[in-house]
Amino acid sequence: MSAFEAAGLTRSYQLEGVTVDALRGVDLTIGDGEFAAIVGPSGSGKSTLMHLLGCLDRPTSGVLRVGGVDVSTLDDTQLAELRNRMIGFVFQSFHLLARTSALDNVALPLVYRGVAKADRRKRARAALEAVGLAHRLDHRPSQMSGGEQQRVAIARALVGDPQVVLADEPTGNLDTRNGEEVMGLLERLNADQGVAIVLVTHEAEVANRARRQIHVRDGLIERDVA
Amino acid sequence: MRTAEAFRMALEALRVNRLRSALTMLGVIIGVSAVVILVAIGTGAKDAIEDEISGLGSNIILVVPGQLNFQAAPTQSRLDLSDVNYVRRVVGDPSRVTVSVQSGENIRVGRNEAFVTVVGTDENIPNVFERPLKRGRYLTETDVDTRRRVAVLGSEVSQQLFGDLDPVGRQATIAGVRFRVVGVYEKVGATFGVARDRETHIPVTTAQRLLGVQRVNGIAIGASGPDVIDSLGQKVVDALTSRYPDEKFSAVTQTQLLGTIGTVLGMLTGVLAAIAGISLLVGGVGVSNIMLVSVRERTKEIGLRKALGARQRDVLGQFLIEAVLLTTIGGTIGIALGIGGSLLIEALSPVPASITLWSILLAFGVSAVVGVFFGVAPARRAGRLDPVVALRAE
Repeated sequence: MSAFEAAGLTRSYQLEGVTVDALRGVDLTIGDGEFAAIVGPSGSGKSTLMHLLGCLDRPTSGVLRVGGVDVSTLDDTQLAELRNRMIGFVFQSFHLLARTSALDNVALPLVYRGVAKADRRKRARAALEAVGLAHRLDHRPSQMSGGEQQRVAIARALVGDPQVVLADEPTGNLDTRNGEEVMGLLERLNADQGVAIVLVTHEAEVANRARRQIHVRDGLIERDVA
Repeated sequence: MRTAEAFRMALEALRVNRLRSALTMLGVIIGVSAVVILVAIGTGAKDAIEDEISGLGSNIILVVPGQLNFQAAPTQSRLDLSDVNYVRRVVGDPSRVTVSVQSGENIRVGRNEAFVTVVGTDENIPNVFERPLKRGRYLTETDVDTRRRVAVLGSEVSQQLFGDLDPVGRQATIAGVRFRVVGVYEKVGATFGVARDRETHIPVTTAQRLLGVQRVNGIAIGASGPDVIDSLGQKVVDALTSRYPDEKFSAVTQTQLLGTIGTVLGMLTGVLAAIAGISLLVGGVGVSNIMLVSVRERTKEIGLRKALGARQRDVLGQFLIEAVLLTTIGGTIGIALGIGGSLLIEALSPVPASITLWSILLAFGVSAVVGVFFGVAPARRAGRLDPVVALRAE
């Protein structure tokens, strides 16, 4: 079974009466345990593709299967549940809740899964240990470095045992050393736990660390290099 | 998501924005405490006045000429002592009927002088009204029959003219005529602004000669029990009307007074509560406003929560619970302040305050409803946010 299967995927927006075709027919399959990078210049449609894969948005036309499920058959509530179970998100600007401890930030996806508090905390602690932050459980985002914050975000993406982690410019707000550390962490998770990683980036250096590079330009896949 | 979890989250959000939460609650706090305090004052005033009416003596029927109507001008009395005797026959028990002729007069003892209400009446006063004696005796039948110049003083009149001396047996000059004091009433307080302790009672016959009148102002009847009040009043009015077909007469009972005044004061309390309710509504608008700001400010957070698997109803619930917590916590504080304020007013001012359970329950209920009502729109807006748009928000 593949993590993602997309066929003829399009997405157009109405912007002040003008139709903008952000994606113009994408066929793409990403298998379980893959490590792929979606690369392309800004405005190429890579972020739109990422949102569709992450079930944050719905395609205008075409078929998208996530973990074998056709997302067009799901309503908003089921889509939310799919995101919760299948996908972990890592964002460029971390998106951690301020004034909330690392542990509670990591446990958040489990809240929406209805996991009891003690169990949530146990799993969140384990996820933080896995990203090397066992000593930062009670720290708030403002008390941590950018690299640490992104590692908290990765722990949050992993805590629900997703099939795929979608990382949107995960190193974009980090310096070289912290970026390196985050990439190393993602590679290790992919290798050790078999979680598929799909990262969106415009940095060639980051993209080259993935085993597969999917180049997007003008709403189409231009090259797919494995 | 579990409900307990939603409450925890909402409390956390309120805690994080302490100052804003407090200021938002302030509107509700003021509204709720205003409802509790104003209703307490209204109810207290009603209770106090009803107490005064009851203090007049139970089972009293006042028969007055004219119609008891707020629009009508007061009617000049045509009743005289023969009518009083007629009423006595109608009632059957003469000792249950008393009479009054009133006038404001000066009363003087040595150099002490006072302006008092001189009431010409008879020996039946204690059978009809609650007027316990402190010293001496009541007026007697002989006093009335022989037009004696004797007086029974209200407690305040006695104090003013004689100080701590016992006035019984001493002389006092009323409107230039010498009277002998035969008794002093106990202090009974005021009724409807009528200072009953400033009254001086003299025999009705003496009063008529003193004032140069034949008429009496009113007749008071003490009914033998509460169940005969209305029928007896009607019987007397009918009898007087058959005697004077062109005149109107009214029987005023304590129940009627209580009913009329109770209605008026109840309305007043309602108006006060409504005014306070408006401020509660304004507080609710404040909650709505702040929740909208909060949704806008936390758009990114909402986007993130949705990305992590929050469903529309999870987000809606979170914000709705926040709004309801704001108003119910505010409501609880407001109730506490309202009770405290009412007790303080009761203790420190002459304004009576009586805290009622219904006003507390109403205020709390309204604040909870206000929270739901004014929280729904912002919460729905939050729940419907598109995660992609929300995540990009600045």
